[in-house]
Amino acid sequence: MTAAVTTAPATVRVRRSQRSTRVGAPLLGLAVLVLAFLPFVAYTTVTSTLVTFFILLIMATMWNLLAGFAGLVSVGQQAYVGLGAYAVLWMSDLGVQPFLGVFLAAVVCAVIAIPTSLLAFRLRGDYFAVGTWVIAEAYRLVVVRSDALGGGSGRSLTTLSELDQTLREAGTYWTALTMVVACVVGSYLLLRSRLGLALTAVRDNEVAARSVGVDVTRAKRIVYLVSAAGCGAAGGLLLVSTLNVRPDSVFSVQWSAYMIFIVVIGGIGHIEGALVGSVVFFALQQALADYGSWYLVLVGLVAIAAALWLRGGLWGALSRRTGIRLFPIGYRVDRPS
Amino acid sequence: MDWVNALVQGILLGGLYALFACGLSLLFGVMRIVNLAHGDLAVLAAFLAYATATVTGVSALWATVVVVPVFAVLGYLVHRGLLERSLAAGPLATLLVTFGLSIVVQNLLLESFSADSRTLDVGSLVSASLRITDDISVSYLAVLTFLLAAGVLVGLQLFLSRTQLGRIVRATSDDPEAATLVGADSRHVYGIATALAFATVALAGLMFAMRSSFDPNIGPSRLIFAFEAVVIGGLGSLWGTFVGGIVLGLAQTVAAQIDPALTLLAGHLLFLAVLAFRPQGLLPARSM
Amino acid sequence: MTLLEVSDLEVRHGQLAAVNGLDLSVSDGVTLAVIGANGAGKSTLLRALAGVLRPSRGTIRFDGQDITAMPAHRRVAAGIALVPEGRRLFPSLTVEENLLVGTYRKRPGPWTIARVQELFPWMVERRRQVASQLSGGEQQAVAIGRALVSNPRLLLLDEVSLGLAPVIVRRIYEVLPEILDAGTTVLVVEQDVSQALRVADRVQCLLEGRSVLEGTPAELTPDQIEQAYFGLPPAVAGGTD
Repeated sequence: MTAAVTTAPATVRVRRSQRSTRVGAPLLGLAVLVLAFLPFVAYTTVTSTLVTFFILLIMATMWNLLAGFAGLVSVGQQAYVGLGAYAVLWMSDLGVQPFLGVFLAAVVCAVIAIPTSLLAFRLRGDYFAVGTWVIAEAYRLVVVRSDALGGGSGRSLTTLSELDQTLREAGTYWTALTMVVACVVGSYLLLRSRLGLALTAVRDNEVAARSVGVDVTRAKRIVYLVSAAGCGAAGGLLLVSTLNVRPDSVFSVQWSAYMIFIVVIGGIGHIEGALVGSVVFFALQQALADYGSWYLVLVGLVAIAAALWLRGGLWGALSRRTGIRLFPIGYRVDRPS
Repeated sequence: MDWVNALVQGILLGGLYALFACGLSLLFGVMRIVNLAHGDLAVLAAFLAYATATVTGVSALWATVVVVPVFAVLGYLVHRGLLERSLAAGPLATLLVTFGLSIVVQNLLLESFSADSRTLDVGSLVSASLRITDDISVSYLAVLTFLLAAGVLVGLQLFLSRTQLGRIVRATSDDPEAATLVGADSRHVYGIATALAFATVALAGLMFAMRSSFDPNIGPSRLIFAFEAVVIGGLGSLWGTFVGGIVLGLAQTVAAQIDPALTLLAGHLLFLAVLAFRPQGLLPARSM
Repeated sequence: MTLLEVSDLEVRHGQLAAVNGLDLSVSDGVTLAVIGANGAGKSTLLRALAGVLRPSRGTIRFDGQDITAMPAHRRVAAGIALVPEGRRLFPSLTVEENLLVGTYRKRPGPWTIARVQELFPWMVERRRQVASQLSGGEQQAVAIGRALVSNPRLLLLDEVSLGLAPVIVRRIYEVLPEILDAGTTVLVVEQDVSQALRVADRVQCLLEGRSVLEGTPAELTPDQIEQAYFGLPPAVAGGTD
């Protein structure tokens, strides 16, 4: 990567960060710090609402990584949401503390994603999308067959309910916050690495990328595993925050709908897009809470419109107009004026 | 004898799957679109027939006569209004648009008709059955559905191979720009293909609704049946889709014979096995 | 009578003006050959005439009517047919189906599938063969046939000789007189200059999207053509000869 800098003509500066980044990064750090102190000062209703938001943000970030950067448009990430939730449940039966279980669930999902990817990667494009969905359905039907995990009607997580409620809420909140930071910062570092460069090459021209020696399948598989891990953690958080799990809802394609809508509205292929989209989606969900599922009709229509007319989503439009980037994963070439 | 019965029922059920899947197969074959709203459109058709039958008091069979043409028109409009734009914006846009459509249709139905299960009442057609032997009897509805599926597939195949419009559809699918050079307006041609696909979706949705109950949330799982039939049979081939539907129907009924809880899983596992060992499908086609 | 009149035509590929302020006219019954090196804008010109590319400036008049904004599929109905570069047959359709598809607009005229089959008799017995299995020369013949059965008043031929053996090219150009006799006006684009000079009544040479030379094959000297083709200044071209 340094080679690109040294070979550039002397009159040109190549850099990654810019003013918005240098201001943005400490601001984000500060925001995380403030958020970390929240359980000491705020009501649990605030923190539990934020947990719901964090779960959405994790899922959206993971889907964005998968679809926006690796070009793997999946409608089946609910497989890992469901498996993550059940992994926490299963490990808690074995005596693993559920908060720790959330982290382990991410690992379990990444491991399950290895053989799954071997099958799913046989499908291309749109067929990958529906194929992953079928795989998610298959996992749901397998889980449903286990009586120990509660079968079709699901089960409760009992080990956590023994904990004091305030402590439990705070623990859930901190776990969720840690996972959010891990997912967002993790995606950022992943995309800045050589792998990110390989993915950009693949996105621009897959054939050309292959011909210069990029191992395209390996790059995509790594992203798929990371995304499975993140969604697994999100599923684990769902269980820890609601204390019970039903296979129909935790394996529901609804999760994919949320992820897709958030990212498409916020800006696919921008790390900031998942953040912006989550805020918009969450605000709509809360504002229209009294109107049943109308918010999904609205969000669906907005997402269709964004897919057709606003292809970089809200963040793409903002960033194009103002040049602001919070997570600089590319390089900027400047000619000193 | 139970097993023979299971095979017969499986083939008949497969006819329904094939009928349902041919719209998905057609849109993929002609435009390379995977319509994620496919299942929800079938459910929408069922609710439309239900509403027509309830409001006007006509029988559900007559409602079919209304709903199918309405869906053909709807298909043309959806293409010209949405899909045409999304095709120009790239494959990701098309996927997102059809998925968005799926969620919108699903939740509109949920808000208008509630989450209750409903059935389309076609009277004796469901209950009456034909006794073949002492152990095997088939319902008239299942036989009718199977014949309808065969008829629709043969009809579509004849349309594509024998009529000028059908040839133009195939030509446009091969090379849209070259098709404009022989005077075809690709947007109109694709609109016609979408209209046909929507009409078959409506027909299949109504047959589903006559056979078993439906609710607004059932669309996605129905889509999966159609998708499995298309992939098992082989992408882009209508005959493949027919075979795929029947194989899926057989797998489900035979598995149900062993343990009813295995019904759906058997279909999914068959699909995954085809992916693993014969990704081109059972009857792969060069083109439509 | 002027059948096609192009004035001040500009067609852009992004930043590049592939056709740049071109004037051109074709009279009824006159065969015009447009020649030029790679990238001179010949194919772009034909694609703009057929309506596949939208010009950014200028007008195209066909038979007295301004067709600049007319979409490609309606130009076929109006009587313009393009045999595109690279043939572009419908690969999954048979020979016969490719010809049948050419009759989609049902323009009346002398050309029928039977008459095309008289022109290329091998098409009769191989009518059920899929187009993707044909050789390059055979594909070219079917592509010409497909355009003819739409009964165009103006037939645009784009690089008919490209990638074909000389003997095949000659055989394909052998049918040109019969096409002209049927009353069709032909505009050919060729890289092969000698081939173009053999068939054309008039020649126009393009360089970087502009017309740099025009005349009948008899008027033009090989030197003039070479200079126009390669864009050499007259003195230098004379000196290197």
